[in-house]
Amino acid sequence: MIGFASYAFFFLTTALSYAIICLGLNLQWGQTGLFNVGVAGFVGIGAYASALLTTPATDAHLMGWGLPIAAGWLGAMLVSGTASALIGFATLRLRSDYLAITTFGVAVTIHLIALNAQRLTGGPYGIAFIPRPFNEVADRPLLFNGLNLALVAALTFVLYIASERLVRSPWGRVLRAIREDERAAASLGKSPSLYRLQAFALGGAVMGLGGALQAHFIGFIAPDNYLSSLTFLVWTMLIIGGSGNNRGAILGGVLVWALWSASGVAIGAIVPAEQQARAAALKIVAVGVFLALALLLRPRGLIGERTVVSRHLDE
Amino acid sequence: MPILVAENLVKRFGGFAAVDGVSLSVRPGEIAGLIGPNGAGKTTMFDLLAGSLTANSGRILIKGREVQAAPAYHRIATGLGRTFQIPRPFPEMTLVENVMLGRQRQIGERILPNWLAPRRVAREERETRDKAMALLDFMALSRLAREPARTLSGGQRKLLELARVLIAEPSIILLDEPAAGVNPSLLETIIARILDINRRGVTFLVIEHNMDMVVRLCGRVMVMASGKRLTEGAPAEVSRNPAVIEAYLGGSAA
Repeated sequence: MIGFASYAFFFLTTALSYAIICLGLNLQWGQTGLFNVGVAGFVGIGAYASALLTTPATDAHLMGWGLPIAAGWLGAMLVSGTASALIGFATLRLRSDYLAITTFGVAVTIHLIALNAQRLTGGPYGIAFIPRPFNEVADRPLLFNGLNLALVAALTFVLYIASERLVRSPWGRVLRAIREDERAAASLGKSPSLYRLQAFALGGAVMGLGGALQAHFIGFIAPDNYLSSLTFLVWTMLIIGGSGNNRGAILGGVLVWALWSASGVAIGAIVPAEQQARAAALKIVAVGVFLALALLLRPRGLIGERTVVSRHLDE
Repeated sequence: MPILVAENLVKRFGGFAAVDGVSLSVRPGEIAGLIGPNGAGKTTMFDLLAGSLTANSGRILIKGREVQAAPAYHRIATGLGRTFQIPRPFPEMTLVENVMLGRQRQIGERILPNWLAPRRVAREERETRDKAMALLDFMALSRLAREPARTLSGGQRKLLELARVLIAEPSIILLDEPAAGVNPSLLETIIARILDINRRGVTFLVIEHNMDMVVRLCGRVMVMASGKRLTEGAPAEVSRNPAVIEAYLGGSAA
């Protein structure tokens, strides 16, 4: 029983870290219509930034400043937010399909840097000894996992409130207007490029935080954590949960992670041990089938976008 | 001083000059018309004045300030608003939020006040909503305020666009074919509203094909044909001008 509770806590902790990444993508795609297919890259930047800031000094890679975890997380948001702003500045004038190709290329580039800039990132060996929150109680799994879940749940809640305040406001209304008709929005004095850049940078910062959280919960990162399958997973979460709705983003994160984990358990139970490494690819298949069904049966997601944007208009 | 001046505007698309050295000026308080056959370059002229297109050469002055190099989203701050030939409401947003969006310099359109001063944003939103509702009422659309804009008819969309630009309190509005695709009863409402707004001191420059409407609205019309300015004058006198008749007949025969 304790084992099960402990696993449930661990599962939810990971699921909520994905939900946070989904909140970031929702700001970019759901609210603003920015087709970012490089999610994994921005998550990776956050993970590496926080790891480099907080790990103890080592010969394996540069930095290793041993800063507190909170400083690593703030640094992750800052670095991935800045990187998003720079990349956005260069690419956001592109139409949606070209933006998709470009962000995909950015993510591939980031992966290759992580893989090859060994002095900075540890190369293919990744970065180990990333400090874990509440590590002093790591020998008591239930308490350890419970505290980590409480921490990520609190962060998810704060980010949800902050996103709702921001998106369901005149600012969010401008994003929506630019998404629906850019020329009309410009004729009314709203600068499409400025608002797109703000949404892209802010969304990138949130994705980076999600990546940093995952890095610290696991304690180890490597370049291959940040491949396009991660981008696919996060997109599926947002579409199934409900693009344009923050609750939908969180719900989608938890549900799709549950599906991902359950299909892993099912493969473990059904497939003989020597075939399991190959069968792991079926997890992506399961998520893909789920996505196709969701698009057919509920294309707006489980919780769709609202018609009224501003929360100040709720009576 | 004229409120809006264009001097020798040129806009080429490849080798084709859609607007070829056109000058015009609009005086404060008037309703000026811009007419001409299809393909005369009227809408291109509007896009230049509104900043949606950038001229190859020439100057544009709003209240004496040169604006030809500034992007479209700067125009409304100088006092120039526009509507579109085919109305462009934000289709999935409600009517009231379509109009609210038009208000200028909202503190809630910046990121930080939404986190740090939510009460100020809430207060501002109530004011904006009340203004938007009053404008929808003025346009006889208030009973649809909470419907998404995609449900409106063509004429209602024209009225919504007018309300949306009015909340920005412009001094001059460019209207691109306010009568096109509008049923006759709604047309009367549109004419009445334009005249009401003009009496409150707002200047208009109107592109229109419906000559009856031009005569009723405009004190003065400028005529364009094949990218050039042909003539200007009172609507009745211009419509008898042989060069104008020739341009319209030539345009429809081509």
